Amino acid sequence: MRPSRSAAPAVVCEGVSKTFRTPHERRHTLKERVLHPWHRSGYTRFEALKDVSFRIDRGEFFGIVGRNGSGKSTLLKILAGIYRADSGEIRMSGRLSTFIELGVGFNGELAARDNVLINGIMLGLPPREALQRFDQIIEFAELEDFVDLKLKNYSTGMQVRLAFSVMVHVDADILLIDEVLAVGDAAFQQKCFDVFHRLRDEGKTMLFVTHDMGAVARFCDRAMLLENGEQRLIGEPERVGQHYLELNFGRDSTAVGQAAETAESQGDAIVERFGSRGAEILDAWFEDEDGRRTPHISQGAGCTFRMHVRFKTSVARPNFSVVVENEEHTPLFATSSWDCGVETRAQEPGDECVFSVSFTMLFRPGRIWATPWLVEGESNDVLDRRPRMCSAIVSAVHDSGGVVNIPHTAEYTRLTASAVPIAKS
Amino acid sequence: MSATADVQSPSVQVTGPSALGGDFKRFVYLSVTLAATDFKLRFFGSALGYFWQLMRPLLLFGVLYFVFTEFVKVGSAVTFYPVVLLSNILLFTFFMDGTGAVSSVVDREGLVRKIQFPRMAIPVSTVLMAAMNLTLNSAVILVFALASGVRPQVGWLEIPVLLGLLTLLTLGLAMLLSAAYVRYRDVRPIWEVALQLLFYATPVIYALETIDVSGTIRQLLALNPLAMILQQFRHAVIDPSAPSAAEMAGGAAYLAVPLGIIAAAIAVGYWYFNRAAPRIAEEL
Repeated sequence: MRPSRSAAPAVVCEGVSKTFRTPHERRHTLKERVLHPWHRSGYTRFEALKDVSFRIDRGEFFGIVGRNGSGKSTLLKILAGIYRADSGEIRMSGRLSTFIELGVGFNGELAARDNVLINGIMLGLPPREALQRFDQIIEFAELEDFVDLKLKNYSTGMQVRLAFSVMVHVDADILLIDEVLAVGDAAFQQKCFDVFHRLRDEGKTMLFVTHDMGAVARFCDRAMLLENGEQRLIGEPERVGQHYLELNFGRDSTAVGQAAETAESQGDAIVERFGSRGAEILDAWFEDEDGRRTPHISQGAGCTFRMHVRFKTSVARPNFSVVVENEEHTPLFATSSWDCGVETRAQEPGDECVFSVSFTMLFRPGRIWATPWLVEGESNDVLDRRPRMCSAIVSAVHDSGGVVNIPHTAEYTRLTASAVPIAKS
Repeated sequence: MSATADVQSPSVQVTGPSALGGDFKRFVYLSVTLAATDFKLRFFGSALGYFWQLMRPLLLFGVLYFVFTEFVKVGSAVTFYPVVLLSNILLFTFFMDGTGAVSSVVDREGLVRKIQFPRMAIPVSTVLMAAMNLTLNSAVILVFALASGVRPQVGWLEIPVLLGLLTLLTLGLAMLLSAAYVRYRDVRPIWEVALQLLFYATPVIYALETIDVSGTIRQLLALNPLAMILQQFRHAVIDPSAPSAAEMAGGAAYLAVPLGIIAAAIAVGYWYFNRAAPRIAEEL
């Protein structure tokens, strides 16, 4: 039986459009209004968003990328409820918190406590909770020695730390974040990354808008590319990043968009989907030990890879395979139903089945990719091969540096002085 | 699956910003916090913060008192003139501070453009801060009034009603003006002139029954909602022998006019602010 999807979506955005109307000459005073009541200046219409639709599952980290003016910040503001969409519908489940700017409401004349209170309330924390968490917030920001200092006497880095600390202490189920990652020194950035990993472990949903493709690849399960207010592509962060870079480096944008669509529908020998399509891999995913579909797996824990296949033609001896790769495209692990000695029956058109591989997650922290494929056993014809169709993030407290963390034991034996022959001359 | 059975499908629709929409508690927290912060900043910003806050109306009082008892003998005909003058000034200061919300929404651009919250919290917080100020200052009037020989009386029960009416009027105008200022930047200078006009059209420094004007004009002046509130405050709180607002207006029925103006101010203010709220972030 095919396991159900992990949850209802956290965010559903359907057909959202937004047009800004900027008057040619802006009337800023009542006087002008009164003196020229019937004088109408023309408007310039600027379509910031055109029919954007997507849905984000609970616990998913979703990146929104695009060049300046592509509409990504407008989209975030509409999701946050700061702007009103002209058309379309947005639904969310869970408490929402928006971080378009760090430290909203901060006032330089006040000390840390007041600012934490104001900022916390702005972000949706009741005052009592904001005060209760004050010590944790200060500790996380490493500002214990500066609590009584007015904020204007803080360095920029300290202010950022305080603001970020408030942000991570606000309990929200859905976080909307607008490029706040590029702040702080290296040590603090590491702390931010740790927080993001913690948030994903806690099952938070995150949308984040950025230029930084590195961050998208590192954190996001999926990403969306916006250009001129239109959504060009939704998919794996890596592919989206690729197209984003192509957009940035001057290739004709529509051509790139079309290329993306073509690649999606027809397949590009190595990188894209490939096969006769005598059967189709409909879906592939990772599950954790408890059988929950998740993109996050802890190192050392058990996990299962599954692929869902529908046959369109009769296939006598299907062979299901999977290759797991790391971010550097190094194959880490490969297996197939034949290799495992699993009997697969002959399939008729319309048959559906799920092939699963369970293993212990031993790979180093980072993203792993799975390429599922399906071969007709007799002829070795590829029915469907979907490179890097799904991915998972391996998390661990400690990254030993090796590609695989093989279960091992270590021993330390101290040799007594007498046992060590010391050569003396 | 059981682990996720409790997850509901997305049920909350995001409709965009509004005047009051969303969590009412959050609206209250925000209004109070914004007001308290401003209050703190004004009072603790300098060592003598509160002192100066109080000095402003007191100095105005000193000047006016000196002028209107020594040179223009307006005050001599009024019983408890110093107390009446001081309380009038403090009530009018509340009205002035509260309607000073005219630029509040624009001044808080940083919040409006960055975060979703009930927009109404902004003008409300300004009026709230003016109210905190009035509360502190009323301690001064109380001491001053008792020292001058004013005695507690039944009329003091009218204080909450009168202050309530004044707050409604102030809040209505604060909403109207702050939303209008986002679009029309000359609203502020216009309002400043209007405030000057109101200061003299309202019996703040003089008593309505003592001025030398025709009965019609006197009655018209009494129909100003601020005049009604100040007149009744004087009658009920300070000096029962002074004419009540109804007497000045020419009968209790005429009070429908100032009360109607207050109702209109709050209704139009709310309607206009509510209508403007969704677009404020875009128009700033």
